[in-house]
Amino acid sequence: MDHTSPLERTLRGVALAVVVVFFMFPILWIFLMSLQTNETILRIPPSFVFAPTLSNYQALISGKLTSAAGTLDIAFMHNLWNSILLSTLSVCLALLLGVPAAYAFARFKFKLGEFIAMTLLSFRFAPPLLVLLPLSLLFQSLGLADTYGGLVWVYQLIALPLIIWIVRGYFEDISPDIEHAYRLAGHSWLSTFMNIAVPLARPGIAAAALLAFIFCWNNFVFALILASADKQPVTVGALAFVTASGIQYGQIAAAIVLSVTPTLLLALYAQRYLVEGLSMGAVKG
Amino acid sequence: MSATDATAANLAAIQRATRFRLLPYLLSLPALLVCIGILIPFFTAAYYSTLRFRQNLPAMKGFIGWDNYKNFLFDSAFWNTVYISLLYTVLTVCIELLLGLGIAMLLRKPTRLHNFISIMLLLPLMTAPALAALMWKLMTNPNFGILSYFVSLLGFHDFKWASDPSTALFTVVLVDIWVYTPFIMILLLAGLRSLPQQPFEAASLDGVPASFVFFRITLPMLLPYIITAVLFRLLDSIQQFDIIYAMTQGGPGDKLLVFQVQAYLMFFQNTNVGKSAALLMVLWLITNILSNWFIKQWLLLRERAHGHA
Repeated sequence: MDHTSPLERTLRGVALAVVVVFFMFPILWIFLMSLQTNETILRIPPSFVFAPTLSNYQALISGKLTSAAGTLDIAFMHNLWNSILLSTLSVCLALLLGVPAAYAFARFKFKLGEFIAMTLLSFRFAPPLLVLLPLSLLFQSLGLADTYGGLVWVYQLIALPLIIWIVRGYFEDISPDIEHAYRLAGHSWLSTFMNIAVPLARPGIAAAALLAFIFCWNNFVFALILASADKQPVTVGALAFVTASGIQYGQIAAAIVLSVTPTLLLALYAQRYLVEGLSMGAVKG
Repeated sequence: MSATDATAANLAAIQRATRFRLLPYLLSLPALLVCIGILIPFFTAAYYSTLRFRQNLPAMKGFIGWDNYKNFLFDSAFWNTVYISLLYTVLTVCIELLLGLGIAMLLRKPTRLHNFISIMLLLPLMTAPALAALMWKLMTNPNFGILSYFVSLLGFHDFKWASDPSTALFTVVLVDIWVYTPFIMILLLAGLRSLPQQPFEAASLDGVPASFVFFRITLPMLLPYIITAVLFRLLDSIQQFDIIYAMTQGGPGDKLLVFQVQAYLMFFQNTNVGKSAALLMVLWLITNILSNWFIKQWLLLRERAHGHA
């Protein structure tokens, strides 16, 4: 079926090379920048060959940024810790709440279920600020801004719908016959759910948890509006760091590298799940 | 079996039935709470949009009905926001669709190299948009940015990227393309690879020209996937906040004040809660019309898929 001429093959090759360079170069370049001192960064033309240094990472990890102007304290590692804590807790809670709900939506037809499904679906694309601005006034008056609990609760707005949609699709694809047989053998509903339904849907649950984790980690606007300085994740922290440090470009690059590495590694590790989850989330709603 | 036993058995059956009827409600309770958690702030915002409500002037707070909305009609800043948002949306979605479709066509054959490239292209999509904007900010820094250096080689000295009013939109659109083209690519690639092979084999046997195959066979068969991908991007793009806020915070001037950035600044800088809420309600209305259309299309597709199965 392949009648491609040498010219066409060359053109395709060139086009692919351009695509790869455009999408990969920024990541590579920021990584290279994070291994340079400000001195080499500011050199023109930009240097592809340089003596790599880990000093930027050391400064971030120690939290002390020493420059000619003096020492600056940076709390970036704390932001990183906040991101880990917020994303992990949010996904765990969303799994705990969302998997049973997804099961209910897949197995039972009931009015409330349809109402919930429609509400979540129609708010899937509502502007986040519409919900966040009133919440910010509420957070202020309740003093929730400085708590992890408040943020984990609000992060459910990101994680829970995602988990419900994807996992429900998986439950729907599993025939209920196996569960019926298991129940007829005298097992309780709960043990059927735990021993039959959940293990069968495990790929879907993994895909959903992974996507939810990445979406929570990458979220910016929720924490920007609701979190106090002490509870901010890396997305907000990195921006604040840029504003505060100004010209410490090497450290900024290192901070960006540290912030994106967890999600990128997760994405590479589990890309099969990821593509499946994305297509499920998109095509099935 | 004695009478009491029978009653007890009946009772147990009834209890089990009731419990089973309650079960779905019990299980979906957390999801319901999240719905309430969305709906209460939403209605609060809708209520705020009918108020004269400035946080710095609490004494002036009061009900003014549709006035916030009516004021938009003659507010050039509002129309600027509508214009910039639509321009941003149309530009990003069109370019991302063309690029995404093109890349998906290039990667269509499932060779090892193609699969590897398609996995690598996931990385921009998995980068937080706010952080992606910071990455591009470093690369477009007028003093040392590598991209500033490249364009200076092409003869554009003093190219100011996001800080120049005439190129700011171009710069944020570029970041959006970098982050989100892979999304369209992934969906369309999955679509392309799941298409039935017979029409293509028949066309190839008959010597049908490649352009005819593409426009008359590939595109129509891919349409459901294209619709889904475009609508997802459309609805996300018109609400873009992260990239623009992290890059320029809406500047220079009013050049990048899209809906959500404008509403954010109105709320936190001008502390004008009422006007900000009204602006977001307008955006909500737009996205709601679009997403209703999307849900309808989605249900149609689902029906068709089930019909075939």
